[in-house]
Amino acid sequence: MKWGVVRFPGSLDDGDSLYAIAEVMGQDARMLWHKDESLGGVECVLLPGGFSYGDYLRTGAIARFSPIMKSVAKFAADGGLVIGICNGFQILCEAHLLPGALTRNRSLSFICERVWLRVENASTPFTRAAKQGDLLRLPIKHGEGLYVAPEDEIRQMEERGQVILRYVDANGRENDDANPNGSMRAIAGVANQRFNVFGLMPHPEHAVEAMLGGVDGLKIFQSIAGSAR
Amino acid sequence: MSERPVSLPGEPKVDLEQARAHGLAPDEYRKIEQIIGRTPTYTELGVFSVMWSEHCSYKSSRRHLRKLPSKSELVVQGPGENAGAIDVGDGWAAVFKIESHNHPSFVEPYQGAATGVGGILRDIFTMGARPVASMNSLKFGSFEHPRTRYLLGGVVGGIGGYGNCVGVPTVAGEVMFDAAYNANILVNAFCLGLVRKGEMMSAKARGPGNPVLYVGSATGRDGIHGASMASAEFDKQSEAKRPAVQVGDPFTEKLLIEACLEAGKTGAIVAIQDMGAAGLTSSSSEMPSHGGLGIELDLDKVPLREAGLTPYEILLSESQERMLIVAERGREAELQAVFEKWDLHAVVIGQLTDDQRWRIRWRGQVVADIPIGALADDAPLYDRPAAAPKIQPPARPSAAGKHPETAKALRALLDSPNIASKKWVYRQYDSIVQSNTVLGPGSDAAVLRIKNSRRAIALKVDSNPRACALDPYLGAVGTVCEAARNVACAGARPVGITNCLNYGNPERPEVMWQFIRGVEGLRDASLAFGAPVVSGNVSFYNETEGHSIPPTPTIAVLGVMADVAKHVTQFFKDPGDAIVLVRTARPSIAASEYAAIFGIDGGRLGAIDLAREAALIEGLVEGAEQGLIRSAHDVAEGGLAVALAEACFNPRSILGAEVELGRAGNADAFFFGEGASTVILSIAPGDAARVESLFAGRGLEFAVIGRVIADPRLRIAAADNLGLDEDVAELRQVYEDAIPRRLRGGD
Repeated sequence: MKWGVVRFPGSLDDGDSLYAIAEVMGQDARMLWHKDESLGGVECVLLPGGFSYGDYLRTGAIARFSPIMKSVAKFAADGGLVIGICNGFQILCEAHLLPGALTRNRSLSFICERVWLRVENASTPFTRAAKQGDLLRLPIKHGEGLYVAPEDEIRQMEERGQVILRYVDANGRENDDANPNGSMRAIAGVANQRFNVFGLMPHPEHAVEAMLGGVDGLKIFQSIAGSAR
Repeated sequence: MSERPVSLPGEPKVDLEQARAHGLAPDEYRKIEQIIGRTPTYTELGVFSVMWSEHCSYKSSRRHLRKLPSKSELVVQGPGENAGAIDVGDGWAAVFKIESHNHPSFVEPYQGAATGVGGILRDIFTMGARPVASMNSLKFGSFEHPRTRYLLGGVVGGIGGYGNCVGVPTVAGEVMFDAAYNANILVNAFCLGLVRKGEMMSAKARGPGNPVLYVGSATGRDGIHGASMASAEFDKQSEAKRPAVQVGDPFTEKLLIEACLEAGKTGAIVAIQDMGAAGLTSSSSEMPSHGGLGIELDLDKVPLREAGLTPYEILLSESQERMLIVAERGREAELQAVFEKWDLHAVVIGQLTDDQRWRIRWRGQVVADIPIGALADDAPLYDRPAAAPKIQPPARPSAAGKHPETAKALRALLDSPNIASKKWVYRQYDSIVQSNTVLGPGSDAAVLRIKNSRRAIALKVDSNPRACALDPYLGAVGTVCEAARNVACAGARPVGITNCLNYGNPERPEVMWQFIRGVEGLRDASLAFGAPVVSGNVSFYNETEGHSIPPTPTIAVLGVMADVAKHVTQFFKDPGDAIVLVRTARPSIAASEYAAIFGIDGGRLGAIDLAREAALIEGLVEGAEQGLIRSAHDVAEGGLAVALAEACFNPRSILGAEVELGRAGNADAFFFGEGASTVILSIAPGDAARVESLFAGRGLEFAVIGRVIADPRLRIAAADNLGLDEDVAELRQVYEDAIPRRLRGGD
């Protein structure tokens, strides 16, 4: 599969994402520059973590207007696979390619730690290498990861299987202490209705090597790689 | 040629009184008049005052810093550039330095700490190195002091707020709380970058006629006289110095990192320097001066945030995220294209000259014209008087003291914010970006792999002000030993040192004595380990209303290991493993956390045998290389009992330990003493003889004291009912909740 990692000026995990896909997974991956409109014929676009344009206003609020995002929106409308990690998730919500929004953590502080996630829907292009109910150990690192959406919308999303990942404890159970940022319904990752756009706050690209603390993130990338059209 | 600089309308009159208000001594002012042969303009006076400040000129410390060893076969760059560099193998050089941002952080903790991170990052990437790891050393007042929570929250928020936005992981640090810092906190920031050995950039300008480019943020009024603020004591009006604190913009810093590294690849950069302390003045005078050249700048070309800035303000502004670049003549456009790609200013504001003058024009007039060496290199140099204080600490502990029950004392120590888990702090830092962090915060030392190589580096930052207060020489020696030992515990050989020397007012002979003794301690320990001091920073005037901080040399040690797979962590691994104690001396409670908590006068520090310290480090590195060491933990604050408990707190699965200590002798020192360079290892039982030869063979004390058990209990058997049998999960709860509980306001 051909991957493209979008590089905004303030992207930080762009290199790590490229490294995970190209070096660790051995896939064909390239950087895409935010000022360009061309996606270079890639089959999956990854929006990485970071602070796209500084994010002094609101995370992702400016990135959505960048030239590359016009193409990403069109690519998504055509059914192309798009994954947004952390700031990438925030951008996808700002661009209305995903429902809901991400606001400041309940603690009002940045949190960097490994958390447990439960796979809520394993029949998507992003999770098909996992099984429903599988637990993944992935790091989070964000200040604004509290997922919110109108109650009605969340209910509908849950019915349609759009809630893909939830924060749980080590035993796979939801509990308030295991919800690191106070997200509604402990939501950590969601997809759009067509299941070709996926956003998540945890960082799968930071869980691809045992030496660095775990390999559960590979599940996400393997799922996508196995979903090539 | 020489156009006489003009005074501008409305500028204050320049005289001795004005010079004094600028922090210049009468002799210094007379020397300025002598050098330039006339009365300086107001602009020139401002420029001299910052360049001759202690912060910029190192006028009290320079002659002593020359004593520090700065050479080894691995040194790629010693002192004299923006940072030092050490060869870490496979063609890579590690560029690193630690720097203080104490004064601004006390006045405005968030921005003070944030810009401290930004400044040290720029010192690294100006060398052409990509920053790959940050650390910090923080000292706050007592947790009970009313300002401490505000300062702690602000400083940690600022470090995270900046560091997390630039994509450099914060991998290690230390935090201490002590009433001695109630009125002067310390914020020391470290950064390390990696660069291919032949691709380092320099701050030494060459080539008269080469253009000078201003890149990065526009200049505003923030931070004027920041360097002067850092060169004076605090008083009751210190809060009023807020305008002297700069404001950080990490997004621009991130752009600057990428743009400068990319611009470096063009080969069109001759020299580059951060506009740090004293801003445009220091960078524009130091780069040409170090190359034996002069410079001519046109201030009308400097990008400004607002109209109406005077030359004085433009030259002294410490606005952040700005760099000065000397380009190869004719290749300006290549560099400008790179900066334009990153949406940054890159403007030619002047050129190098061959007349060794620092000449500044503004609106068609010359406003400053000074022999460049007078600013950059020929600041006054002082050999300030030094004298040991009259009162020395008592030779022995004041009273044997009533020994608190061992288990109670252990819990009290684990609950001390100085020993307890700092997770509340480091959870707020991105410690994993760049995908190199093998061991992050919460370990004895951080370990980072080098991509496309089997090699790894280990990093540790340490300080021990209580020991330095008792004996500034031994305290400094001990600090280096501890940092080096921590790096060796991880399996890495210490190869380089950077230091941040935090002291009080050097005009007081006892402070100067502390400083000189500290430098001598650093020198001796550096020589013993063959780890040169390649960079550093001095912060004087950490003093408020006559009360100085304890001498606080902060030491960061870089270690290198040949095979990252052989790194060692501090946690016990498997039940049945033997627990081994190795040490160089007998512990004592002098300068210990135990003595501090229980109000005991711990007496004097014991001597340190540097040959034995070096032997311990050799043994640890060899043991790791041979795969004989399953865990290694340095016995630090809280002594042996705390170290044993910490080694049980394996985040994967909590373990227990059964230890037999026999007759404890002086029980306080035995369980909770510090300062003896002690390490606790766990090893496979069958390896005991081989490990013994590593250490006992080097003349060190070696003893198998127990074993790791699956039952999560810490059992220490000792004579006279001094032992304990505690639930490890409970101990960990105390350890982990100590800081959050205090912040919640509970008790």
